[in-house]
Amino acid sequence: MTMRTPLRPLARILKARSSGENPDTIERENLRLRHEEMRDTTRLRAEGRLLVLGLCFVSAFVVVGLRMGQVAASNPEEPQAVTTGTSILAQRADILDRNGRILATNRTTHSLYAQPQEMIDPLYAAKELAKIFPDLNEDKLIKDFTGTRKFLWIKRQIAPEQQQAVHDIGDPGLLFGPRESRLYPNGKLASHILGGTKFGREGVMSAEIVGQSGIERYRDEYLRDPANGDKPLQLSIDLSVQSTMREVLFGGMHLLNAKGAAAVLMDVHTGEIVSMVSLPDFDPNGRPTFAGQNAADNPRFNRAVQGVYELGSTFKIFAAAQAMELGLMTPDTLIPATPPFKWGKHSIREFEGHNYGPMLSLTDMIVKSSNVATAHVAQQIGVARQKAFLDSLGFLDATPVELTEASGAKPLLPPNWSELSTITIGFGHGLSASPLHLATAYSSLLNGGTRVTPTLIKHQGPIRLGPRVVRPEVSAASRAMLRAVVGEGTASFGDVRGYKVGGKTGTADKPRENGKGYYDDKVITTFASVFPVDEPKYVLIVTMDEAVETSGPKPRRTAGWTAVPVAAEVIRRVAPILGIRPDIETLALGQ
Amino acid sequence: MRSVYIVLSALFVMGLAVWAYKENYATQEVLREVSQIQRDIGHQQEELAVLRAEWAYLNRPSRLRDLAELNFDRLGLLPLLPEQFGEVASVAFPVEEDILMELDNPVSVVGSLEAIVQ
Repeated sequence: MTMRTPLRPLARILKARSSGENPDTIERENLRLRHEEMRDTTRLRAEGRLLVLGLCFVSAFVVVGLRMGQVAASNPEEPQAVTTGTSILAQRADILDRNGRILATNRTTHSLYAQPQEMIDPLYAAKELAKIFPDLNEDKLIKDFTGTRKFLWIKRQIAPEQQQAVHDIGDPGLLFGPRESRLYPNGKLASHILGGTKFGREGVMSAEIVGQSGIERYRDEYLRDPANGDKPLQLSIDLSVQSTMREVLFGGMHLLNAKGAAAVLMDVHTGEIVSMVSLPDFDPNGRPTFAGQNAADNPRFNRAVQGVYELGSTFKIFAAAQAMELGLMTPDTLIPATPPFKWGKHSIREFEGHNYGPMLSLTDMIVKSSNVATAHVAQQIGVARQKAFLDSLGFLDATPVELTEASGAKPLLPPNWSELSTITIGFGHGLSASPLHLATAYSSLLNGGTRVTPTLIKHQGPIRLGPRVVRPEVSAASRAMLRAVVGEGTASFGDVRGYKVGGKTGTADKPRENGKGYYDDKVITTFASVFPVDEPKYVLIVTMDEAVETSGPKPRRTAGWTAVPVAAEVIRRVAPILGIRPDIETLALGQ
Repeated sequence: MRSVYIVLSALFVMGLAVWAYKENYATQEVLREVSQIQRDIGHQQEELAVLRAEWAYLNRPSRLRDLAELNFDRLGLLPLLPEQFGEVASVAFPVEEDILMELDNPVSVVGSLEAIVQ
């Protein structure tokens, strides 16, 4: 520290006095200098403080800024305490039947891939791999392993034993990636309903499973949503019933040399499809590829939904029901039935040239399955009213069932719905629809007369009645007619003791593929039935493609000899499983 | 007096520090345990899914049908048919044997008990 300079240094004062100057100016001068010095030091100190404070702020902002940058740049991660180990289970939701039995689930498998640059002995590895997987080509593997490729898939999915065998090769260039794959434990059962899946985008560590057809595709979004991983999709299908129905239908198809068969069992009140079988079927665990020309021969073709056929005389009940609904007729009204029915240059005759004339009651028209009488009834109903009625039963649109294939299966309607079309549609020709359409329409007509919507999803909560199609009395009268068909008409084989089956047969010639007329010896036979008639619970549709019964001297192709016995056996086996008690009274009477 | 306060509060702070240190490590230990348990749960659930799939596979209707046929001699299982339904009224009530045991040497005085006659 510098010495403090005196305000009045003696030497200068004396000098100033001697020269006659005022010595006070010296003092003031020195005082001023001293004040300036003091001001400078104070300012310096204040500036230092400001600097420190400023630095504090700057570093605080830098810290905040850095933290923000870090938060923004790093991946969001949950705190450890809330991490769950269940995230690996965010897999495709299971599909269950109506009783909670598994129809589709997942299993973990592995995929096999190779990184050739890591391989020690590519030739040996290729040889051993070709031994484990017979479908792999050793030469091609060698080419891949010794080429320039850095990565290649060898197998998308391998079994645990195969994985062990590959492990035993011991090559570090052969690697496994975890894979989740869809498993259908029941094999071919309900294959057309479930459809199938395939791998979507694939990575080493996982692969996406996407629905390929059926309900797997239709509800793909729901099934894939990780939030639904533990919420299985419950179908209306009953596994036991499905199995029994398939067994009976399969037996019937082979016994009758049929090319294919389909059956739909529907709850009349809710529209739930309890069972739906289409034969031939396939194993959804390994969907077959099909190279044939005719789509209907493809095992993946769902005859019950996609197969639109002329369903023949099963349609007659709609004409009868509508005539009763409109008040035109009662079950006892007599209708002219002398063949042929002439319309322009067309004439309509009965099956095998029968003559049920001159008059038939409305009930007998259904029992005898008279084309001529139905033509008269349809003519009375007229084009517009018939079209509206069939629309209310769902025949004009594709079925709204939860399958991808359903929306493509539109019924084939006459391009120009003339009076002749009305007459032929009256007895089931000129309009092609799927068995599922028929099941929906029969349910709607016979459950008391309210429209049902076919569905594959289990119904929850109270039953909501759909729009009214016919009056309850008309529905009851229609059921009585169908009962009479089984009792005394074309479907006498359909009587299952104790279950009061009612139903209508239909036999339609198959149209030729070239569009020119019909085959003489190829028919589609259908039996549409409802049971029990007095308190309807289920509607069963059985359709057989090119079935022929050969126990007699002449091959018989009508529905009464083909579809009906099969349907009766289905009802006999399935009704007890559904918990319907046979009516003991009628059972005893039958014996 | 003042120095006592200082010593006491210093000891108190040290005690708190030890407690906090221990809590910290205990929490970390528990967190590790939790994540281990959750990994275990994950594995168990995966296993459960496999077992469920296996159960469904082993209980597929076609296999059960074949097994029922193979073991028909022992089990005598038939498909469910309408004839198997019965009436409650046609079920025989079990004979209460205790009463019979108590009645030694019954003497028929008025009518007869059919069960005993048999």
